[in-house]
Amino acid sequence: MTASVAPTDPEDRRIWMGVLARARPERLAELMPAEPDENPVILRQPEIGTVMVQGRIGASGGPFNLGEMTVTRCTLRLQSGVVGHAHVQGRSKDHARRAALVDALMQTDRAAQLRRDVLEPLAQEEADRRRARAEKAAATKVEFFTLVRGEDR
Amino acid sequence: MASALTAETLGGGFDDAPIQSARAFRAALDAMARPGRIQVIGGAVPPAPLSVAAGTLLLTLADGTTPVHLAGDADCDALRGWITFHTAAPLVPAEAAVFAVGRWTDLLPLARFATGTPEYPDRAATLIVEMPVLEAKGSVLAGPGIRDRARLTLPDPDAFRANHALFPLGFDAFLTCGSRVAGLPRSTRVEDV
Repeated sequence: MTASVAPTDPEDRRIWMGVLARARPERLAELMPAEPDENPVILRQPEIGTVMVQGRIGASGGPFNLGEMTVTRCTLRLQSGVVGHAHVQGRSKDHARRAALVDALMQTDRAAQLRRDVLEPLAQEEADRRRARAEKAAATKVEFFTLVRGEDR
Repeated sequence: MASALTAETLGGGFDDAPIQSARAFRAALDAMARPGRIQVIGGAVPPAPLSVAAGTLLLTLADGTTPVHLAGDADCDALRGWITFHTAAPLVPAEAAVFAVGRWTDLLPLARFATGTPEYPDRAATLIVEMPVLEAKGSVLAGPGIRDRARLTLPDPDAFRANHALFPLGFDAFLTCGSRVAGLPRSTRVEDV
């Protein structure tokens, strides 16, 4: 408990856990090359499973099951007693372990440094990816124009 | 919820879940197949007051589809958090339980537990009874899986006789003490000494 700072804001934590979950595993590994020598205790070994993804038509209709996706989860504890959880996309156990470590360290006084070095680049890249995809899709959009044919008159 | 997710709550799971749970499951099968024969299992380190054997059985057998009832002083925050974190099993009152854990006196009255229905005798509860001692002496057991006679320290022989009288209905029981576990299915007769 020594290293923990102010209590973590759940909404803030939700956001960074989401960023970690959606990050590319190899990119997270690049940003966090050597795991800092926190020597965490693994409380739950990384394990692979599936979760049901739900959607809503138009983001407002009744929820329906969109399909299952593969996730990997992991929980670990730092020597200071701080616990980090991660559920990440895909089957990479290293990714889950690293994401759990970041989640734990984000609750300690290393939060500012990690936010700058790891989370902000990941969030930026995710936003870029989304924008690039949206732009690509927008470029293929076909607009139909119909000339007035005169039936309305 | 956040208060229950402390470091002690989350520790003590399997280090190597596939192998440890497979070994424990085999031991649980053997215990039920050979009533009265004591098996040694381990791998889980549950928070007090649960024993290693009872904790290992729960990690092995319980999951999100098997409601668990915690009886007496087993119903504490540390244990609730531990079971939820490691197994995701819902914690329920005795009537709805598939597994019930606690000391014998805390599990009473036994009429609360499901004994199955004639169509589905498998819809019965399995009790995990925490024992102060568990040794191969005391009450005499006979029935399927027992060659001649077996002996086992039972908390209340009459209760198990009454349970056997319900056969094919009735609950099944694991008796646990430390890292030792013995099975006592409903098919076992408890004889007069």
